[in-house]
Amino acid sequence: MRESCSFEMARSVADVLTMFIVFGTAISGMLVNSRLHLFSPGHFLVSIFEWFGKLGTFCWHLLRTALTPPYEFREFFRQCDEIGSKSLPLVGLAGAATGVVMSLQMRDSLIRFGAKSFLPTVIVYSLIKETGPIITGLMVSGRAGAGIGAQLGSMRVTEQIDAMEASAVDPFKFLIATRVLACIFMLPLLTLAADFCGIVMGWVANTLSEPISFRLFMENGFQSMFFSDFIPPTFKTMIFGFIIGLVACFQGMRTQGGTEGVGRSATSSVVLSALFVVLADVILVRVILTVWGA
Amino acid sequence: MSDDKHPAIAVQKLRKSFGTQKVLNGISFQVGEGETVAVIGRSGGGKSVLLKLLIGLQLPDSGSILIADEEITKLDNKRLNEIRKKIGFLFQQAALYDSLSVAENVDFPLSRHSEMSELERAQRVQGLLREVGMDQESEKFPSQLSGGMQKRVGLARALALDPNILLFDEPTAGLDPITAEEIGNLIVELKKKRQVSAIVVTHDVHGAKAYSDRMVLLHQGSIHAEGSFEELESSNDESISEFFGYGPR
Repeated sequence: MRESCSFEMARSVADVLTMFIVFGTAISGMLVNSRLHLFSPGHFLVSIFEWFGKLGTFCWHLLRTALTPPYEFREFFRQCDEIGSKSLPLVGLAGAATGVVMSLQMRDSLIRFGAKSFLPTVIVYSLIKETGPIITGLMVSGRAGAGIGAQLGSMRVTEQIDAMEASAVDPFKFLIATRVLACIFMLPLLTLAADFCGIVMGWVANTLSEPISFRLFMENGFQSMFFSDFIPPTFKTMIFGFIIGLVACFQGMRTQGGTEGVGRSATSSVVLSALFVVLADVILVRVILTVWGA
Repeated sequence: MSDDKHPAIAVQKLRKSFGTQKVLNGISFQVGEGETVAVIGRSGGGKSVLLKLLIGLQLPDSGSILIADEEITKLDNKRLNEIRKKIGFLFQQAALYDSLSVAENVDFPLSRHSEMSELERAQRVQGLLREVGMDQESEKFPSQLSGGMQKRVGLARALALDPNILLFDEPTAGLDPITAEEIGNLIVELKKKRQVSAIVVTHDVHGAKAYSDRMVLLHQGSIHAEGSFEELESSNDESISEFFGYGPR
Protein backbone atom coordinates (compact mmCIF):
# COMPACT_ATOMS: atom_id res chain seq x y z
CA MET A 1 0.00 0.00 0.00
CA ARG A 2 2.77 2.39 1.04
CA GLU A 3 4.90 1.39 -1.98
CA SER A 4 1.97 1.98 -4.32
CA CYS A 5 1.38 5.42 -2.79
CA SER A 6 5.00 6.49 -3.24
CA PHE A 7 4.94 5.15 -6.81
CA GLU A 8 1.90 7.33 -7.60
CA MET A 9 3.60 10.31 -5.99
CA ALA A 10 6.75 9.75 -8.04
CA ARG A 11 4.61 9.53 -11.16
CA SER A 12 2.87 12.85 -10.42
CA VAL A 13 6.23 14.50 -9.80
CA ALA A 14 7.44 13.09 -13.14
CA ASP A 15 4.36 14.48 -14.90
CA VAL A 16 4.85 17.95 -13.39
CA LEU A 17 8.51 17.79 -14.38
CA THR A 18 7.52 16.78 -17.92
CA MET A 19 5.15 19.75 -18.22
CA PHE A 20 7.81 22.07 -16.83
CA ILE A 21 10.35 20.85 -19.40
CA VAL A 22 7.78 21.10 -22.22
CA PHE A 23 6.93 24.74 -21.46
CA GLY A 24 10.49 25.67 -20.56
CA THR A 25 11.78 24.29 -23.84
CA ALA A 26 9.08 25.95 -25.91
CA ILE A 27 9.60 29.35 -24.31
CA SER A 28 13.40 29.23 -24.45
CA GLY A 29 13.09 28.13 -28.08
CA MET A 30 11.03 31.20 -28.86
CA LEU A 31 13.51 33.44 -27.08
CA VAL A 32 16.34 32.15 -29.20
CA ASN A 33 14.30 32.24 -32.39
CA SER A 34 13.80 35.93 -32.73
CA ARG A 35 14.64 39.25 -31.26
CA LEU A 36 11.54 39.23 -29.10
CA HIS A 37 10.53 42.21 -27.11
CA LEU A 38 11.02 40.77 -23.64
CA PHE A 39 9.69 43.89 -22.02
CA SER A 40 6.45 43.69 -23.94
CA PRO A 41 4.65 40.51 -22.82
CA GLY A 42 1.79 41.06 -25.29
CA HIS A 43 4.11 41.22 -28.26
CA PHE A 44 6.03 38.25 -26.91
CA LEU A 45 2.89 36.10 -26.83
CA VAL A 46 1.79 37.27 -30.27
CA SER A 47 5.25 36.36 -31.63
CA ILE A 48 4.99 32.86 -30.17
CA PHE A 49 1.54 32.25 -31.67
CA GLU A 50 2.59 33.80 -34.96
CA TRP A 51 5.66 31.55 -35.16
CA PHE A 52 3.67 28.41 -34.41
CA GLY A 53 0.92 29.49 -36.83
CA LYS A 54 3.40 29.97 -39.64
CA LEU A 55 5.11 26.68 -38.77
CA GLY A 56 1.72 24.96 -38.96
CA THR A 57 0.97 26.45 -42.39
CA PHE A 58 4.46 25.52 -43.56
CA CYS A 59 3.94 21.95 -42.30
CA TRP A 60 0.58 21.68 -44.08
CA HIS A 61 2.07 22.95 -47.35
CA LEU A 62 4.93 20.47 -46.92
CA LEU A 63 2.58 17.50 -46.41
CA ARG A 64 0.52 18.47 -49.45
CA THR A 65 3.50 18.81 -51.76
CA ALA A 66 5.36 15.78 -50.39
CA LEU A 67 2.43 13.48 -51.13
CA THR A 68 1.62 14.66 -54.65
CA PRO A 69 3.64 13.64 -57.74
CA PRO A 70 6.03 14.29 -59.38
CA TYR A 71 8.56 13.16 -56.78
CA GLU A 72 12.14 14.43 -56.65
CA PHE A 73 13.82 11.04 -56.07
CA ARG A 74 17.26 12.14 -57.22
CA GLU A 75 17.38 15.08 -54.85
CA PHE A 76 15.95 12.89 -52.07
CA PHE A 77 18.79 10.37 -52.43
CA ARG A 78 21.31 13.21 -52.60
CA GLN A 79 19.92 14.56 -49.34
CA CYS A 80 19.99 11.06 -47.78
CA ASP A 81 23.70 11.00 -48.60
CA GLU A 82 24.19 14.53 -47.31
CA ILE A 83 22.29 14.02 -44.07
CA GLY A 84 22.85 10.29 -43.53
CA SER A 85 26.26 9.22 -44.84
CA LYS A 86 27.98 12.47 -44.00
CA SER A 87 26.63 12.49 -40.43
CA LEU A 88 27.67 8.85 -39.90
CA PRO A 89 31.26 9.48 -38.67
CA LEU A 90 30.08 12.13 -36.18
CA VAL A 91 27.18 10.04 -34.88
CA GLY A 92 29.35 6.90 -34.72
CA LEU A 93 32.04 8.74 -32.78
CA ALA A 94 29.52 10.26 -30.38
CA GLY A 95 27.97 6.82 -29.82
CA ALA A 96 31.39 5.25 -29.28
CA ALA A 97 32.43 7.92 -26.78
CA THR A 98 29.15 7.45 -24.91
CA GLY A 99 29.72 3.69 -24.77
CA VAL A 100 33.22 4.14 -23.32
CA VAL A 101 32.07 6.69 -20.75
CA MET A 102 29.13 4.55 -19.70
CA SER A 103 31.36 1.53 -19.31
CA LEU A 104 33.84 3.45 -17.14
CA GLN A 105 31.21 5.17 -14.99
CA MET A 106 28.81 2.26 -14.59
CA ARG A 107 31.51 -0.23 -13.79
CA ASP A 108 32.54 1.67 -10.68
CA SER A 109 28.94 2.20 -9.54
CA LEU A 110 27.87 -1.39 -10.15
CA ILE A 111 30.91 -2.78 -8.29
CA ARG A 112 29.79 -0.76 -5.24
CA PHE A 113 26.39 -2.44 -5.32
CA GLY A 114 27.83 -5.87 -6.10
CA ALA A 115 26.12 -5.93 -9.50
CA LYS A 116 29.17 -5.91 -11.76
CA SER A 117 27.78 -8.72 -13.89
CA PHE A 118 24.95 -6.39 -15.00
CA LEU A 119 27.37 -4.03 -16.76
CA PRO A 120 26.74 -5.37 -20.32
CA THR A 121 22.97 -5.24 -19.72
CA VAL A 122 23.12 -1.67 -18.39
CA ILE A 123 25.22 -0.47 -21.33
CA VAL A 124 23.09 -2.18 -24.00
CA TYR A 125 19.80 -1.29 -22.34
CA SER A 126 20.53 2.40 -21.78
CA LEU A 127 22.15 2.88 -25.18
CA ILE A 128 19.30 1.30 -27.12
CA LYS A 129 16.47 2.71 -25.03
CA GLU A 130 17.57 6.29 -24.61
CA THR A 131 21.18 7.36 -25.03
CA GLY A 132 21.63 6.24 -28.65
CA PRO A 133 18.45 7.92 -29.97
CA ILE A 134 18.91 11.21 -28.13
CA ILE A 135 22.64 11.46 -28.94
CA THR A 136 21.81 10.85 -32.61
CA GLY A 137 18.99 13.42 -32.56
CA LEU A 138 21.20 16.09 -31.01
CA MET A 139 24.19 15.36 -33.26
CA VAL A 140 22.08 15.47 -36.43
CA SER A 141 20.28 18.63 -35.30
CA GLY A 142 23.72 20.22 -34.87
CA ARG A 143 25.22 19.05 -38.11
CA ALA A 144 22.33 18.73 -40.55
CA GLY A 145 20.14 21.39 -38.88
CA ALA A 146 22.83 24.05 -39.26
CA GLY A 147 23.59 22.89 -42.80
CA ILE A 148 19.97 23.00 -43.94
CA GLY A 149 19.27 26.36 -42.25
CA ALA A 150 22.37 27.98 -43.71
CA GLN A 151 21.95 26.51 -47.19
CA LEU A 152 18.30 27.45 -47.58
CA GLY A 153 18.97 30.84 -45.98
CA SER A 154 21.74 31.55 -48.43
CA MET A 155 19.55 30.37 -51.33
CA ARG A 156 16.83 32.72 -50.14
CA VAL A 157 19.04 35.82 -49.92
CA THR A 158 20.73 35.13 -53.27
CA GLU A 159 17.32 34.75 -55.00
CA GLN A 160 17.95 31.09 -55.89
CA ILE A 161 14.58 30.14 -54.39
CA ASP A 162 12.89 32.90 -56.41
CA ALA A 163 14.68 31.57 -59.51
CA MET A 164 13.29 28.12 -58.79
CA GLU A 165 9.75 29.48 -58.53
CA ALA A 166 10.30 31.53 -61.68
CA SER A 167 11.24 28.25 -63.43
CA ALA A 168 7.82 26.89 -62.39
CA VAL A 169 9.40 24.46 -59.91
CA ASP A 170 7.87 24.27 -56.44
CA PRO A 171 10.69 24.85 -53.90
CA PHE A 172 8.65 22.96 -51.31
CA LYS A 173 8.83 19.85 -53.44
CA PHE A 174 12.46 20.15 -54.47
CA LEU A 175 14.08 21.67 -51.38
CA ILE A 176 11.85 21.09 -48.37
CA ALA A 177 10.11 17.73 -48.87
CA THR A 178 13.36 16.01 -49.90
CA ARG A 179 15.26 17.31 -46.87
CA VAL A 180 12.55 16.54 -44.33
CA LEU A 181 12.01 13.03 -45.72
CA ALA A 182 15.76 12.37 -45.78
CA CYS A 183 15.95 13.39 -42.11
CA ILE A 184 13.00 11.12 -41.26
CA PHE A 185 14.50 8.08 -43.00
CA MET A 186 18.12 8.60 -41.98
CA LEU A 187 17.65 9.16 -38.25
CA PRO A 188 16.72 5.52 -37.36
CA LEU A 189 19.65 4.23 -39.44
CA LEU A 190 22.05 6.64 -37.76
CA THR A 191 20.63 5.61 -34.39
CA LEU A 192 21.46 1.99 -35.17
CA ALA A 193 25.01 3.08 -36.00
CA ALA A 194 25.30 5.04 -32.73
CA ASP A 195 23.92 2.06 -30.76
CA PHE A 196 26.33 -0.32 -32.48
CA CYS A 197 29.41 1.89 -31.95
CA GLY A 198 28.42 2.53 -28.32
CA ILE A 199 27.97 -1.15 -27.54
CA VAL A 200 31.20 -2.20 -29.27
CA MET A 201 33.25 0.53 -27.56
CA GLY A 202 31.51 -0.23 -24.26
CA TRP A 203 32.76 -3.79 -24.65
CA VAL A 204 36.28 -2.58 -25.59
CA ALA A 205 36.45 -0.33 -22.49
CA ASN A 206 35.15 -3.15 -20.33
CA THR A 207 37.59 -5.65 -21.81
CA LEU A 208 40.54 -3.36 -21.13
CA SER A 209 39.68 -3.49 -17.40
CA GLU A 210 38.51 -7.08 -17.24
CA PRO A 211 38.75 -9.23 -20.37
CA ILE A 212 35.42 -10.65 -21.54
CA SER A 213 34.62 -12.20 -24.92
CA PHE A 214 32.49 -10.11 -27.27
CA ARG A 215 30.03 -12.96 -27.62
CA LEU A 216 29.55 -13.28 -23.84
CA PHE A 217 29.21 -9.50 -23.51
CA MET A 218 26.51 -9.47 -26.17
CA GLU A 219 24.70 -12.48 -24.72
CA ASN A 220 24.66 -10.85 -21.28
CA GLY A 221 23.69 -7.51 -22.71
CA PHE A 222 20.79 -8.71 -24.82
CA GLN A 223 19.48 -11.51 -22.57
CA SER A 224 16.73 -9.36 -21.06
CA MET A 225 16.02 -7.25 -24.16
CA PHE A 226 12.84 -7.68 -26.18
CA PHE A 227 11.82 -6.27 -29.52
CA SER A 228 9.47 -3.94 -27.68
CA ASP A 229 12.55 -2.47 -25.96
CA PHE A 230 14.26 -1.91 -29.28
CA ILE A 231 11.60 -0.88 -31.84
CA PRO A 232 9.88 2.15 -30.20
CA PRO A 233 13.07 4.00 -29.13
CA THR A 234 14.72 3.44 -32.51
CA PHE A 235 11.70 4.50 -34.56
CA LYS A 236 10.87 7.47 -32.35
CA THR A 237 13.91 9.06 -33.99
CA MET A 238 11.81 9.37 -37.15
CA ILE A 239 9.91 12.04 -35.24
CA PHE A 240 13.22 13.64 -34.27
CA GLY A 241 14.12 13.62 -37.97
CA PHE A 242 10.81 15.26 -38.88
CA ILE A 243 11.38 17.96 -36.24
CA ILE A 244 14.98 18.64 -37.34
CA GLY A 245 14.08 18.80 -41.03
CA LEU A 246 10.94 20.86 -40.51
CA VAL A 247 12.42 23.43 -38.13
CA ALA A 248 15.67 23.83 -40.10
CA CYS A 249 13.83 24.22 -43.42
CA PHE A 250 11.32 26.64 -41.87
CA GLN A 251 14.05 28.82 -40.39
CA GLY A 252 16.06 28.70 -43.61
CA MET A 253 13.12 29.70 -45.80
CA ARG A 254 12.27 32.64 -43.51
CA THR A 255 15.75 34.14 -43.83
CA GLN A 256 15.93 37.88 -44.30
CA GLY A 257 18.75 40.38 -44.11
CA GLY A 258 21.72 39.11 -46.12
CA THR A 259 24.61 37.17 -44.62
CA GLU A 260 23.72 38.21 -41.09
CA GLY A 261 20.30 36.69 -41.64
CA VAL A 262 21.88 33.47 -42.93
CA GLY A 263 23.96 33.24 -39.73
CA ARG A 264 20.86 33.82 -37.62
CA SER A 265 18.95 31.13 -39.51
CA ALA A 266 21.74 28.58 -39.07
CA THR A 267 21.98 29.29 -35.33
CA SER A 268 18.25 29.27 -34.73
CA SER A 269 17.87 26.07 -36.77
CA VAL A 270 20.33 24.25 -34.52
CA VAL A 271 19.06 25.67 -31.24
CA LEU A 272 15.37 25.25 -32.00
CA SER A 273 15.65 21.79 -33.52
CA ALA A 274 17.81 20.56 -30.59
CA LEU A 275 15.35 22.04 -28.09
CA PHE A 276 12.34 20.54 -29.81
CA VAL A 277 14.09 17.16 -30.08
CA VAL A 278 14.64 17.17 -26.30
CA LEU A 279 11.07 18.29 -25.79
CA ALA A 280 9.72 15.59 -28.10
CA ASP A 281 11.87 13.01 -26.33
CA VAL A 282 10.27 13.83 -22.98
CA ILE A 283 6.81 13.37 -24.48
CA LEU A 284 7.70 10.29 -26.54
CA VAL A 285 9.31 8.49 -23.59
CA ARG A 286 6.12 9.09 -21.64
CA VAL A 287 3.99 7.81 -24.54
CA ILE A 288 6.20 4.75 -25.07
CA LEU A 289 6.06 3.88 -21.37
CA THR A 290 2.28 4.24 -21.40
CA VAL A 291 1.72 2.21 -24.57
CA TRP A 292 4.41 -0.48 -24.25
CA GLY A 293 4.82 -0.40 -20.46
CA ALA A 294 7.94 0.08 -18.37
CA MET B 1 2.69 53.09 -75.39
CA SER B 2 2.63 50.32 -77.93
CA ASP B 3 -0.17 50.27 -80.50
CA ASP B 4 -0.14 46.50 -80.61
CA LYS B 5 -3.69 45.13 -80.26
CA HIS B 6 -2.61 41.99 -78.41
CA PRO B 7 0.26 43.03 -76.19
CA ALA B 8 2.49 40.35 -74.70
CA ILE B 9 2.34 42.13 -71.36
CA ALA B 10 -0.27 44.65 -70.25
CA VAL B 11 -0.03 46.27 -66.83
CA GLN B 12 -2.96 48.35 -65.57
CA LYS B 13 -2.99 50.60 -62.48
CA LEU B 14 -0.52 48.39 -60.63
CA ARG B 15 0.06 49.27 -56.98
CA LYS B 16 2.46 47.73 -54.48
CA SER B 17 3.46 48.88 -51.01
CA PHE B 18 5.69 47.46 -48.31
CA GLY B 19 4.28 48.71 -45.03
CA THR B 20 3.93 52.45 -45.39
CA GLN B 21 6.37 52.66 -48.30
CA LYS B 22 4.59 52.94 -51.64
CA VAL B 23 6.80 51.28 -54.25
CA LEU B 24 4.50 51.27 -57.27
CA ASN B 25 1.80 53.89 -57.40
CA GLY B 26 -0.69 52.76 -60.02
CA ILE B 27 1.51 52.26 -63.08
CA SER B 28 0.17 51.22 -66.49
CA PHE B 29 2.09 50.22 -69.61
CA GLN B 30 2.18 47.60 -72.36
CA VAL B 31 4.82 45.58 -74.13
CA GLY B 32 3.98 44.49 -77.66
CA GLU B 33 4.85 41.17 -79.32
CA GLY B 34 8.56 41.12 -80.13
CA GLU B 35 9.10 44.48 -78.47
CA THR B 36 11.89 45.22 -75.96
CA VAL B 37 11.15 47.82 -73.32
CA ALA B 38 13.85 49.16 -71.02
CA VAL B 39 12.59 50.22 -67.60
CA ILE B 40 14.95 52.79 -66.18
CA GLY B 41 14.91 54.64 -62.90
CA ARG B 42 16.77 55.31 -59.70
CA SER B 43 17.74 52.56 -57.24
CA GLY B 44 14.87 51.61 -54.93
CA GLY B 45 12.36 52.91 -57.43
CA GLY B 46 10.45 49.64 -57.68
CA LYS B 47 11.93 48.30 -60.93
CA SER B 48 12.89 44.88 -59.57
CA VAL B 49 9.60 44.66 -57.67
CA LEU B 50 7.80 45.26 -60.97
CA LEU B 51 9.56 42.25 -62.53
CA LYS B 52 8.75 40.06 -59.53
CA LEU B 53 5.11 41.07 -59.80
CA LEU B 54 5.12 40.21 -63.50
CA ILE B 55 6.25 36.65 -62.81
CA GLY B 56 4.03 36.16 -59.77
CA LEU B 57 6.79 36.03 -57.16
CA GLN B 58 4.97 38.81 -55.31
CA LEU B 59 1.33 39.82 -55.31
CA PRO B 60 0.27 43.39 -56.10
CA ASP B 61 -1.95 45.34 -53.70
CA SER B 62 -4.22 46.18 -56.62
CA GLY B 63 -4.17 46.46 -60.39
CA SER B 64 -4.01 44.01 -63.22
CA ILE B 65 -1.24 42.14 -65.05
CA LEU B 66 -2.17 40.50 -68.33
CA ILE B 67 0.34 38.09 -69.82
CA ALA B 68 -0.72 36.53 -73.12
CA ASP B 69 -4.22 37.84 -72.38
CA GLU B 70 -4.36 36.03 -69.04
CA GLU B 71 -4.80 37.86 -65.74
CA ILE B 72 -1.96 36.41 -63.66
CA THR B 73 -2.83 38.04 -60.34
CA LYS B 74 -5.90 35.82 -60.00
CA LEU B 75 -4.40 32.50 -61.08
CA ASP B 76 -3.87 29.47 -58.85
CA ASN B 77 -0.34 28.08 -58.52
CA LYS B 78 -0.78 25.39 -61.15
CA ARG B 79 -1.97 27.78 -63.85
CA LEU B 80 0.58 30.39 -62.79
CA ASN B 81 3.35 27.82 -63.29
CA GLU B 82 2.06 27.20 -66.83
CA ILE B 83 2.44 30.94 -67.53
CA ARG B 84 5.88 30.99 -65.87
CA LYS B 85 7.08 28.35 -68.33
CA LYS B 86 6.55 30.94 -71.09
CA ILE B 87 8.68 33.51 -69.29
CA GLY B 88 12.46 33.53 -68.91
CA PHE B 89 13.87 35.52 -65.99
CA LEU B 90 17.48 36.66 -65.66
CA PHE B 91 18.09 37.69 -62.06
CA GLN B 92 20.34 40.53 -61.00
CA GLN B 93 22.98 38.20 -59.51
CA ALA B 94 22.10 35.40 -61.96
CA ALA B 95 20.80 33.27 -59.00
CA LEU B 96 22.43 30.07 -60.25
CA TYR B 97 21.97 27.03 -58.01
CA ASP B 98 25.24 26.64 -56.08
CA SER B 99 25.00 22.88 -55.73
CA LEU B 100 24.54 22.25 -59.46
CA SER B 101 27.06 22.53 -62.29
CA VAL B 102 26.59 24.97 -65.18
CA ALA B 103 25.03 22.26 -67.37
CA GLU B 104 22.78 21.05 -64.54
CA ASN B 105 21.61 24.62 -63.91
CA VAL B 106 20.52 24.99 -67.53
CA ASP B 107 19.03 21.49 -67.51
CA PHE B 108 17.03 22.20 -64.32
CA PRO B 109 13.87 23.60 -65.96
CA LEU B 110 14.20 21.25 -68.94
CA SER B 111 14.35 18.11 -66.81
CA ARG B 112 11.12 19.10 -65.10
CA HIS B 113 9.05 20.57 -67.87
CA SER B 114 10.08 18.97 -71.14
CA GLU B 115 9.38 15.57 -72.63
CA MET B 116 12.91 15.31 -74.06
CA SER B 117 15.12 12.29 -73.48
CA GLU B 118 18.30 12.73 -71.45
CA LEU B 119 20.40 12.81 -74.62
CA GLU B 120 18.17 15.40 -76.27
CA ARG B 121 18.30 17.50 -73.15
CA ALA B 122 22.09 17.29 -73.03
CA GLN B 123 22.25 18.45 -76.66
CA ARG B 124 19.82 21.28 -75.98
CA VAL B 125 21.85 22.38 -72.93
CA GLN B 126 25.05 22.39 -74.99
CA GLY B 127 23.28 24.38 -77.72
CA LEU B 128 22.05 26.99 -75.25
CA LEU B 129 25.47 27.26 -73.61
CA ARG B 130 27.04 27.67 -77.05
CA GLU B 131 24.55 30.45 -77.80
CA VAL B 132 25.81 32.40 -74.78
CA GLY B 133 29.46 31.40 -75.27
CA MET B 134 29.69 29.13 -72.22
CA ASP B 135 29.81 25.65 -73.77
CA GLN B 136 33.42 25.14 -72.62
CA GLU B 137 32.49 25.70 -68.97
CA SER B 138 29.57 23.27 -68.66
CA GLU B 139 31.17 21.15 -65.91
CA LYS B 140 32.13 24.09 -63.73
CA PHE B 141 30.16 25.20 -60.67
CA PRO B 142 28.79 28.75 -60.24
CA SER B 143 31.42 29.58 -57.59
CA GLN B 144 34.13 28.99 -60.23
CA LEU B 145 32.65 31.57 -62.64
CA SER B 146 33.02 35.33 -62.87
CA GLY B 147 29.99 37.63 -62.59
CA GLY B 148 29.69 38.02 -66.36
CA MET B 149 29.94 34.26 -66.92
CA GLN B 150 27.27 33.65 -64.30
CA LYS B 151 24.95 36.07 -66.11
CA ARG B 152 25.53 34.24 -69.39
CA VAL B 153 24.65 30.92 -67.75
CA GLY B 154 21.62 32.57 -66.12
CA LEU B 155 20.58 33.74 -69.58
CA ALA B 156 20.99 30.23 -71.01
CA ARG B 157 18.80 28.90 -68.18
CA ALA B 158 16.21 31.60 -68.82
CA LEU B 159 16.09 30.52 -72.49
CA ALA B 160 15.86 26.80 -71.73
CA LEU B 161 12.09 26.47 -72.11
CA ASP B 162 12.02 28.65 -75.24
CA PRO B 163 10.06 31.48 -73.61
CA ASN B 164 7.97 34.07 -75.43
CA ILE B 165 8.81 36.72 -72.85
CA LEU B 166 12.13 37.56 -71.25
CA LEU B 167 12.58 39.61 -68.09
CA PHE B 168 16.04 40.96 -67.33
CA ASP B 169 16.82 42.41 -63.91
CA GLU B 170 19.88 44.66 -64.22
CA PRO B 171 21.69 42.41 -66.74
CA THR B 172 24.80 44.58 -66.82
CA ALA B 173 24.97 45.69 -63.17
CA GLY B 174 28.31 45.07 -61.47
CA LEU B 175 30.09 44.18 -64.71
CA ASP B 176 33.06 45.90 -66.31
CA PRO B 177 32.19 47.98 -69.43
CA ILE B 178 33.47 45.33 -71.87
CA THR B 179 31.53 42.46 -70.28
CA ALA B 180 28.49 44.74 -69.96
CA GLU B 181 28.70 45.44 -73.68
CA GLU B 182 29.02 41.70 -74.41
CA ILE B 183 25.86 41.01 -72.42
CA GLY B 184 24.14 43.91 -74.24
CA ASN B 185 25.19 42.39 -77.57
CA LEU B 186 23.82 39.03 -76.48
CA ILE B 187 20.44 40.63 -75.80
CA VAL B 188 20.53 42.27 -79.26
CA GLU B 189 21.33 38.90 -80.88
CA LEU B 190 18.55 37.19 -78.94
CA LYS B 191 16.12 39.85 -80.03
CA LYS B 192 17.01 39.31 -83.68
CA LYS B 193 17.05 35.53 -83.48
CA ARG B 194 14.10 34.73 -81.24
CA GLN B 195 11.67 37.63 -81.66
CA VAL B 196 10.74 37.51 -77.97
CA SER B 197 9.10 40.31 -76.01
CA ALA B 198 11.34 41.60 -73.27
CA ILE B 199 11.48 43.96 -70.33
CA VAL B 200 14.96 45.03 -69.29
CA VAL B 201 15.32 46.77 -65.95
CA THR B 202 18.53 48.77 -66.01
CA HIS B 203 20.42 51.87 -64.89
CA ASP B 204 22.53 51.80 -68.01
CA VAL B 205 20.46 54.06 -70.31
CA HIS B 206 23.15 54.33 -72.97
CA GLY B 207 23.66 50.55 -73.03
CA ALA B 208 19.91 50.07 -73.24
CA LYS B 209 19.80 52.20 -76.41
CA ALA B 210 21.30 49.26 -78.32
CA TYR B 211 18.58 46.76 -77.56
CA SER B 212 15.45 48.63 -76.46
CA ASP B 213 12.63 49.76 -78.76
CA ARG B 214 11.18 51.94 -76.06
CA MET B 215 12.11 53.24 -72.62
CA VAL B 216 9.96 53.75 -69.56
CA LEU B 217 11.26 56.00 -66.80
CA LEU B 218 10.00 54.95 -63.39
CA HIS B 219 10.20 57.74 -60.85
CA GLN B 220 8.79 57.70 -57.30
CA GLY B 221 6.55 54.74 -58.06
CA SER B 222 5.00 56.25 -61.20
CA ILE B 223 5.83 56.26 -64.89
CA HIS B 224 7.40 59.66 -65.36
CA ALA B 225 8.19 59.40 -69.06
CA GLU B 226 7.90 56.95 -71.92
CA GLY B 227 9.39 56.95 -75.41
CA SER B 228 12.41 56.11 -77.54
CA PHE B 229 15.95 56.84 -76.36
CA GLU B 230 16.13 59.85 -78.67
CA GLU B 231 12.82 61.26 -77.43
CA LEU B 232 13.81 60.96 -73.78
CA GLU B 233 17.34 62.21 -74.44
CA SER B 234 16.05 65.38 -76.07
CA SER B 235 13.51 66.03 -73.31
CA ASN B 236 13.72 69.28 -71.38
CA ASP B 237 12.31 67.66 -68.25
CA GLU B 238 14.84 68.15 -65.45
CA SER B 239 14.55 64.68 -63.90
CA ILE B 240 14.82 62.97 -67.32
CA SER B 241 17.87 64.89 -68.43
CA GLU B 242 19.47 64.34 -65.00
CA PHE B 243 18.98 60.63 -65.50
CA PHE B 244 20.51 60.77 -68.95
CA GLY B 245 23.60 62.31 -67.37
CA TYR B 246 23.42 65.79 -68.80
CA GLY B 247 22.10 67.62 -65.78
CA PRO B 248 19.41 70.31 -65.92
CA ARG B 249 19.45 72.41 -69.07
